[in-house]
Amino acid sequence: MLAPDAHPSLPAALIACHECDLLQTEPVLAPGETARCARCGAFLARNPPDSVDRSLALCLAAAILYLIANVYPLVGLEMQGQRVEVTLAGALLILWRDGMQPVAALVGVTTLVFPLLELAMILVVLVPLRLGRVSPRLAPFFRLVRAVKPWSMVEVFLLGMLVSLVKLSHLADVILGAAFWAMAALIVVLTLAGRAFDSRLLWQTPVIENSP
Amino acid sequence: MSRELPFIARQARQAGLLNCHICGQLSRAPAGGGFLRCPRCRAPLHMRKPASLATTWALVIAAAILYIPANLLPMMSTASLLGSQEDTIMSGVIFLWQSGSWPLAAVVFFASVMVPLLKIFALVYLAASAQRRSRHRLIQRTRLYRMVEFVGRWSMLDIYVITILVALVKFQGLATIQAGPAAVAFGAVVVLTMFAAMSFDPRLIWDPAADSAPSSPDPDSDHA
Repeated sequence: MLAPDAHPSLPAALIACHECDLLQTEPVLAPGETARCARCGAFLARNPPDSVDRSLALCLAAAILYLIANVYPLVGLEMQGQRVEVTLAGALLILWRDGMQPVAALVGVTTLVFPLLELAMILVVLVPLRLGRVSPRLAPFFRLVRAVKPWSMVEVFLLGMLVSLVKLSHLADVILGAAFWAMAALIVVLTLAGRAFDSRLLWQTPVIENSP
Repeated sequence: MSRELPFIARQARQAGLLNCHICGQLSRAPAGGGFLRCPRCRAPLHMRKPASLATTWALVIAAAILYIPANLLPMMSTASLLGSQEDTIMSGVIFLWQSGSWPLAAVVFFASVMVPLLKIFALVYLAASAQRRSRHRLIQRTRLYRMVEFVGRWSMLDIYVITILVALVKFQGLATIQAGPAAVAFGAVVVLTMFAAMSFDPRLIWDPAADSAPSSPDPDSDHA
């Protein structure tokens, strides 16, 4: 295994666009500003204010919402006084026992396992960062967050629930459970947390965070 | 210090620099090659995603083949006292349309029928144009790639609809809904096209243009 040198003669602010490979100097960003590639417009960096505090607060909120979304019923039907409700795990179990194991596994991974993994790994990175302990050992966890993120599809699942409820609305009254609203809030909070987190802080000393 | 870089180098590759896709650290590519790791965050480094085009082609072709059973086979079968019925993706859309919820019918049609199809065509176009080393529409192709990456996940919609339908109707007990064989094929199409988009390296779009005009003056290279 080779480790190429970081090349100290390169200007520190020199970066390459990850989508078109253009070399450019990274602009100094005021809080709230976003840098985009000069040629192709790809997202390069963002400087969110109070990055660590805000993203940590939002992630803790997301963890609570995730718990609610998985414990309480998502949706239900009411018909002649009879009420049936289903949780996420319950729905997966039915699909699995129905002989649709590949589909159940796909749904379980994208709505249950990967969102949890994403949340856990962000917290694993953020808590030491908040305590001022930036360590190269955090890097693999951050890589895992990046790898898992495209496969965590809570927002698509929420839309899927709405479509299925419309399909069933001629059969019975539909009920949106506590977990449904928790999941809707989870999507908002996770999006805000993603926007609040500046991954560049991981590769610097935390002192730089406070300088404007 | 920036004189270290060749003046004409606009791309990191031309300057012999590797860009870490995790932390953005640039490092000099050693002559020998081999398995490299980022000096800062230890992530694996490569100039371009390895075997990018071959992997993308393989995954797109597999997805295109599976798109056929995904649309022709039944997505779900409903059985009740009134009889039984099998639904494909398209007949599900028609049902939504006829029952008056046409905005949802449009959403499902777009997410389940159009997005996977357009995604397959877009990836074929991106891979073919990169392979022919086309120098046209660089920005448009980059945007197309970004769009493919962004919308791909929404095709999972129908899989989730089935999940909730099967569970709720089973609990309710008057009828049974079962997921059909198309559900597995459809899930595979979504997963394969997502992997195909991930394995395509958008920098391959820009490489031919960078290679062909090394000395031509460029109006927007004021950073050099």
